[in-house]
Amino acid sequence: MANLVQAGLIQNNPRFHELIRKRDTLAWTLSACVLVLYFGFVLMVAFTPEILTAPIAADSVIPFGILVGIGVIVASIILTGIYVYQANSNFDPIIEEIMRDAHK
Amino acid sequence: MKTTNLAMRVLAGGSALLMAGAAFAQAVAPVVPPAAPAPAPAEPPLNVHAIVMFVIFVAITLGITYWAAKRTKTATDFYAAGRGITGLQNGMAIAGDYMSAASFLGIAALVYMNGFYGLIYSVGWLVGWPIILFLIAERLRNLGKYTYADVASFRLQQGPVRTMAAIGSLIVVIWYLIGQAVGAGQLLHTLVPQISYQVSIVMVGALIITYVTFGGMKATTWVQIIKAGLLLGGATLMALGVMAHENFSFEKLFSDAVAAHPKHLQIMQSVVPIGAKANPIESISLGLTLMFGTAGLPHILMRFFTVTDAKAARKSVLYGTCFIGYFYMLTFIIGFGAIVLVANNPEYVADLSKSVLALKGGGSMPAVYLSHALGGDFFLGFIAAVAFATILAVVSGLTLAGASALSHDIYANVIKKGKSTEAEEVWVSKLCVIGLGIIAVLLGIAFEKQNVAYIVALTFSIAACSNFPILVLSVFWKGLTTRGAVLGGYTGIFGSIGLLIIGPTVWTKVMGMGPAIFPYDFPTFFVLPAVLVVAYIASVTDKSASADKERAAFEAQKIRSETGLGAEVASAH
Repeated sequence: MANLVQAGLIQNNPRFHELIRKRDTLAWTLSACVLVLYFGFVLMVAFTPEILTAPIAADSVIPFGILVGIGVIVASIILTGIYVYQANSNFDPIIEEIMRDAHK
Repeated sequence: MKTTNLAMRVLAGGSALLMAGAAFAQAVAPVVPPAAPAPAPAEPPLNVHAIVMFVIFVAITLGITYWAAKRTKTATDFYAAGRGITGLQNGMAIAGDYMSAASFLGIAALVYMNGFYGLIYSVGWLVGWPIILFLIAERLRNLGKYTYADVASFRLQQGPVRTMAAIGSLIVVIWYLIGQAVGAGQLLHTLVPQISYQVSIVMVGALIITYVTFGGMKATTWVQIIKAGLLLGGATLMALGVMAHENFSFEKLFSDAVAAHPKHLQIMQSVVPIGAKANPIESISLGLTLMFGTAGLPHILMRFFTVTDAKAARKSVLYGTCFIGYFYMLTFIIGFGAIVLVANNPEYVADLSKSVLALKGGGSMPAVYLSHALGGDFFLGFIAAVAFATILAVVSGLTLAGASALSHDIYANVIKKGKSTEAEEVWVSKLCVIGLGIIAVLLGIAFEKQNVAYIVALTFSIAACSNFPILVLSVFWKGLTTRGAVLGGYTGIFGSIGLLIIGPTVWTKVMGMGPAIFPYDFPTFFVLPAVLVVAYIASVTDKSASADKERAAFEAQKIRSETGLGAEVASAH
């Protein structure tokens, strides 16, 4: 309840709406990337397994799919890192500013 | 088929824990004199290294519990470690909470039997983490107190929404516990035949009750951190051992595996369990279940309330994802290494004339025997102790999550409507820990001979179809009302359970009722869309005054979830 005043100030602060717009855009874009990568992999498993099981070279037994799977894991970690980097450098300062303004 | 194998492996992972427990019993209670006839030579000899390492682990964790108990005074200390856990610490604890014996022994065993197919699990169990980060972690920290139901019910009616969320949490927690307990008992009894299945499970139960009732989340967190360090270190050593054996050539590793495996090149060419028919719907449903199930596990979500703020929650996911992703890549090397070094080896294979793959002690043993093949009794002892630590850490986290659903959601907020004192709530919570610990022991013993192959599908399906979608809808969709959340949530819980019961694993294999009515092992493909439709329709058609208030409360919730205004703060000490 003590926060009602601050909540009102935040609600009317254009920076707050800017924060939500920016963060939602990033979060849903990155989520879409992960979903596309992962379900790309899953749909290949489901419908075109021959692409995944083809060897990476004529004289190799290593299937292409192992590289795809590891690629999805590595890409997930990288996307996670991108979000944390963006949030640390772009979103946290906006939140601090919003909170400072709300507590003036 | 594969699901069954996986579940067996999960159980086997649990067994590793039991193995350690058995070693411990052997060490502290030398009441079993060597029987006159020496143990059959087919059984692995009692491993002194495992016993010593296990005792060291238990001693350290009990010391931590003592330390944590002295610092656990308030409810926030008990449920959320005083919110003083840093991002890195929580990242390790997340890894320790999440990387169950199922992941370690289970994925290695899946790869050992089926080759490439095991990778689908490695990938599926990782990709939930970015989603948790992008959509859930920070908002969970900003909105919640101790349980994910705090967040789901934030602007909705406490009673019905918390009850639904607690039921979902408890079903997941109890079945997950059964899986861990049964697996622990089986593996321990296999490795240390002198210790019975029942004794192993009782010891596990006693240890986790001690950790959690006295040390709460602080002790649980540090048990998970230590376990994660041990598991990552042990898996790294195993993978290095395999690669050293293969001259650090992946080409040689995979060629040798193809040569050693009785199905040869098929292990690189089958995207379903070897011998199973390709089934696109099942593959997609499995993919959905693994990804979204991860993002709905109550003991995992609870970890985000232990950190100081949303920023630490965010960082902890990055650390956790790195540890878990690294670990899953190692399990893949370990699985292929086991094909090369464990299959065909008369020391480990039950009967070479029947199968060069089937191992003494069952399906979950490849990683355990690989450690022996690489480093002898000493390394086997180390990996056995790691597997034990793994089960203790996961079981502790589960028990605390289950107890918090009962005490914080059901007792304090539904029955007492928020009027109980903090001390009462913690007291009830400790009783629930003891009760859940005893239930886990009893069910673990009762399910010894049961086919519990459906546990992974059951727990992950409920998490994916109920916990996850309701959480995301309540945070992101203004229109969600109590009616939508409750009907949607129950659709997820009972839809999953119902389709699992009439599915191939339970209907055909467990109950022996003939061909399954529902042809898929994983119901998420059908249940998750149904949950979204039900939650949507039940919400938009809700014209009650309370529904209007809930929609109106969304803006205030959004301010808190996005900025942390009014969020729970770390306790001072």
